[in-house]
Amino acid sequence: MKHAEPDEILAILARDARTTPDTIATLTGRSVDDVRAAIADFERRGIIKRYKTIIDWEKAGVERVFAFIDVKVMPARDVGFDGVADRISRFPEVHSVWLISGGSDLRIIMEASDVREVGRFVAEKLSTIGGITGTDTHFLLKRYKEDQIPYMEAEDDRRLVVAP
Amino acid sequence: MSNEATLPPMSRLVEGLAPSGIRRFFDIAAQMPDVISLSVGEPDFVTPWSICEAAYESMKAGHTHYTSNSGTPEFRRAVGNHLKKLYGVSYGEDEIVATIGVSEGLDLAMRTLLDPGDEVIVPEPCFVSYTACISLAGGVPVSVETHAKDGFCVSVEPIERAWTKRTKAILIGFPSNPTGATMPREAMQGIVDFARRKNLYIVSDEIYDRLTYDSVHTCVPSLRGARERTILLNGFSKAYAMTGWRIGYACGPARIIEAMVKVHQYTIMSAPTTAQIAAVEALKSESDVRAMVTEYNQRRRFIVDGLNKIGLDCHMPQGAFYAFPSIERTGLTAEEFAERLLREEHVAVVPGNAFGAGGEGHIRCSYANSLEKIQIALQRMDNFVKKQRNASTRQTAAA
Repeated sequence: MKHAEPDEILAILARDARTTPDTIATLTGRSVDDVRAAIADFERRGIIKRYKTIIDWEKAGVERVFAFIDVKVMPARDVGFDGVADRISRFPEVHSVWLISGGSDLRIIMEASDVREVGRFVAEKLSTIGGITGTDTHFLLKRYKEDQIPYMEAEDDRRLVVAP
Repeated sequence: MSNEATLPPMSRLVEGLAPSGIRRFFDIAAQMPDVISLSVGEPDFVTPWSICEAAYESMKAGHTHYTSNSGTPEFRRAVGNHLKKLYGVSYGEDEIVATIGVSEGLDLAMRTLLDPGDEVIVPEPCFVSYTACISLAGGVPVSVETHAKDGFCVSVEPIERAWTKRTKAILIGFPSNPTGATMPREAMQGIVDFARRKNLYIVSDEIYDRLTYDSVHTCVPSLRGARERTILLNGFSKAYAMTGWRIGYACGPARIIEAMVKVHQYTIMSAPTTAQIAAVEALKSESDVRAMVTEYNQRRRFIVDGLNKIGLDCHMPQGAFYAFPSIERTGLTAEEFAERLLREEHVAVVPGNAFGAGGEGHIRCSYANSLEKIQIALQRMDNFVKKQRNASTRQTAAA
């Protein structure tokens, strides 16, 4: 029997991290031991970084501010953008740091309790890092879709209950 | 006295037609808010967005008129290229007609081929419309039963036995609704060879062609000597999640298609323009189809595994999105099982006998549903089967 490609396991876990090895084995037609070994291997090699939950914080009543900060950087000798990116990454309020193409060099996603906190981060922490020549801050206003999950109210199954 | 009583009787043919057994439970199920339906013969995916966009743009641009009877040249060319690429069969623009789903294609094929009394051999269990369409066209359906032990495949011997001098055509639909059976190439070639020997038409409904799992689909007109006598029916409902668009096609030799278009032009005029444009867009991208097939394949393994664990023996279906387990061990008929499962556990399935000979003792469970819902449905079915088992144990003990 032809084995499913390993990425089928990743796709299943990416959709629902709580899917058990037993269920994954059934879904893919592989043995449970095989699946366990594959997952352990993915974890060991850092392909699976972490298992997390997607939470609609707004619905949970938690007020959080998300900001996207585009940063212009003067690349440093030997390390290019990596040195600055590494320093920014170490702040716990920073969710993501990406090197991007276009008008800016780095894009930062940060989470804060209010707008003032974002302001303080930019003015006091970010702009003091050597090599940063400019910042452009955007705030998230509303989420429509995140990680493949639409945030609009789910639509009902509109199919007839019985159909040929 | 009401007017009704004074009216003359309606068509005897239509009066005699049994209503589709599949919808019998519809009213009961519709009353239950928490019903989980495994009785739906359509994808749970919605139409991929790029297809909807193309339709929307075409309407905005004013493409809202009739098309030529056979369908737009773009539609027919796109279908021709698609079949050539997938199966190596070539159809020119005059050998393709756009239909309102396979349903219309089936009706057209029967009305075009049959004279009153002509017989059509149909392997059963099969899609509920086959025998009705044959009868409505004045033909006589001749059933050939298929069995679980053969994976519900059909072989040439029973077809040979069913043949008479009145046999005009063989009507086949693989991958099969309701059994999920597919046909290996050699077995299908045997049937084609028989059709050639007896000079029969073949009507092949291949609506589930893209939903095959461990095997490659056998496209009937691609077989040796098949194309000249085959009407190939297909559509966009299942592989592209476009059931509501009502768009399909029929392909065959120009002479047959020309005759079918004659019927089509008087009854339908042309298939919906927006749907034809959407279908052309659908054929441009295969990535959505592949993603759906991967998902169905996982659910297929999941539901078959679950059914067997419950004790409802189920062969591994090779195509479509149906599992067709045996319920014989419960001692109930298919209708009893389906009705009681619905009333007691709020799970809707279709009794196998709705699909003709050989369907009794089975139920059709569609896995075109989310894994979460399939899991709950299996749990409820497990409860139901256990209750049956306990009841029959008590009866035995009492006796």
